[in-house]
Amino acid sequence: MKRQLNSKVRKIKSLIMTLLSIACALVVVIPLFIILFYTLKQGVSSINWSFFTQMPKPAGETGGGMANALMGTGILIGLGSLIGIPVGLFSGIYLSEENSSLFSKSVRFLTEVLNGIPSIVVGVVAYIIMVIPMHRFSALAGGFALGILMIPLITRTTEEMLRLVPGTYREAALALGAPKWKATLYVVLPAAFKGIFTGILLSIARAAGETAPLLFTALGNRFWSTQLDQPIASLTVFIYDYSKAPFEDWNRQAWAAALVLIMLVTLINVTFRIITRKRFS
Amino acid sequence: MNVKNKDRENFSSAVNPGPFRGKTALLSLPGFSGAKLLRKNPGDLVFESLTRFFAFLLLLLVIVMGYQMLMQSWPSIHKFGWKFITSKTWDPVQENFGALPFIFGTLFSSLLALIISAVLSIGTAVFLSEFAPQWLEKIVSVMVELLAAIPSIVYGLFGIFVLAPWLRESVEPWLADHFGYLPIFEGAPYGFGMLAAVMILTIMILPIITSISRDIMRSVPDAQREAAYALGATKWEVVRIVLSGAKSGILGAALLGLGRAVGETMAVTMVIGNTPQMSFSLFDPAYTMASVLANEFSEATTQLYTSALIEIALILFVMTFLLNAAARLVVWSVTKKYSKV
Repeated sequence: MKRQLNSKVRKIKSLIMTLLSIACALVVVIPLFIILFYTLKQGVSSINWSFFTQMPKPAGETGGGMANALMGTGILIGLGSLIGIPVGLFSGIYLSEENSSLFSKSVRFLTEVLNGIPSIVVGVVAYIIMVIPMHRFSALAGGFALGILMIPLITRTTEEMLRLVPGTYREAALALGAPKWKATLYVVLPAAFKGIFTGILLSIARAAGETAPLLFTALGNRFWSTQLDQPIASLTVFIYDYSKAPFEDWNRQAWAAALVLIMLVTLINVTFRIITRKRFS
Repeated sequence: MNVKNKDRENFSSAVNPGPFRGKTALLSLPGFSGAKLLRKNPGDLVFESLTRFFAFLLLLLVIVMGYQMLMQSWPSIHKFGWKFITSKTWDPVQENFGALPFIFGTLFSSLLALIISAVLSIGTAVFLSEFAPQWLEKIVSVMVELLAAIPSIVYGLFGIFVLAPWLRESVEPWLADHFGYLPIFEGAPYGFGMLAAVMILTIMILPIITSISRDIMRSVPDAQREAAYALGATKWEVVRIVLSGAKSGILGAALLGLGRAVGETMAVTMVIGNTPQMSFSLFDPAYTMASVLANEFSEATTQLYTSALIEIALILFVMTFLLNAAARLVVWSVTKKYSKV
């Protein structure tokens, strides 16, 4: 009798805990829907063609767009890629080939640690290394900061994707007499190309959404500028400035820019999921 | 015997082709260090040193980061010493800098967010790894990843226009009415303040803790679950066994989450109210290390001011470095433990 009761209590306890864990999962996903809902609601009603094609209007005037910020974000990402992609890609290849030496272990470790360094700290470093010697804020400094931020993610995905390629691929190439580097470059790397490519896209999406490291490197610019040694506009810094401004039209444009960002990020992430899921599983 | 030897010779020529076949014994004598280089394809050498160079660059980068910040913050370190982290005064005009309010704000907001987030994340991870059917697990996992991918600035925008007004008009007055006697709910409900920052941070670190805890729990071998079921355990009792196996890994995940929260800048800056004061009330505005950098760095006029701000960045760097290093070591040791089984 007592035993039966005991097992009933245990079963009820189990049920309650199951329900609690479901509740936790619900609480975790709800904010996503709320944020997406508001961004869509505010963003869709604010976005229009002139947002993409026109320049910012002076304070107080309505209308205008963020053409220069779109261009600026593009330039900054391009500059960041110039640093982030080679360093990330090659060090990822190195880590996947050289597995267990002390050096590669410490590089792998530092990659993870670098991934957790706050982006604002990277911004400060870019300020010290680029802005102080150049005596001015510049697109180059912003691109440098974004590049550093892109490295760890690219390194990690490259290493992971290369490891997913079955060892038989490499062995087949080596058996045919290819040297190691050819086997890596022409056989293993192409097999992992899709995964690595989307990993790079993922890091670009992350860089596109960064604000903190740009505040005192690229600074921002209300005018059209493509000069690399001058301050340059970016979508995220515009969102920051416009969200604090007391003009409703600017707030509206901040939401529109947020929508553009979210769509970019979501698209890239979903692509990444779809492409990497099918690899060699 | 003869045949065996011949086989061996054939094999050695297969793994070691080229003109040095059969002479490996000679070439690998100590002192003949050129042997390895000679046997290696020149392309291999170039490629290997190229990739090694970039890996080295990564290593160098972290060192340079720390070194540069240390050098630049030296005037401030030299002038204020330990007082920098114990003094409450932050006065750019008098050039008297103490970072305690910022350190307090960062730690208070991050730790609170971590506590809430850890509970929710572990619950979700249990759901994902133990309870959910596969299709649902996949959908929820994608959602969690999307939550991680939303840029910080969008969280901030959401905080300014949706969360803070909601807190000001509904949540905080209600809390003040019902729990106003608690010291954490004291003061006027501004909306912008510690509560908003904690809520945003909680949401932002949920994904990382959830996904790592989930992976760790999955790496616990099924044999342990089966053994527990075979002894008649209920589902929850099995989960408890899995959790106890994944304990230290989940701790690592929490440390990673804490590191994220400590360094989070934009979203917090936009909702925390940016007032350098130390108060335990969730309604009061506060300031964090990251947000003072975001707000004041480009406006710092004197060298000492900039130097003091860089010292804050250095403290942030050291804090997140240690948190992440500890977290990684813990997570790796756990996954290694189970991958060997």
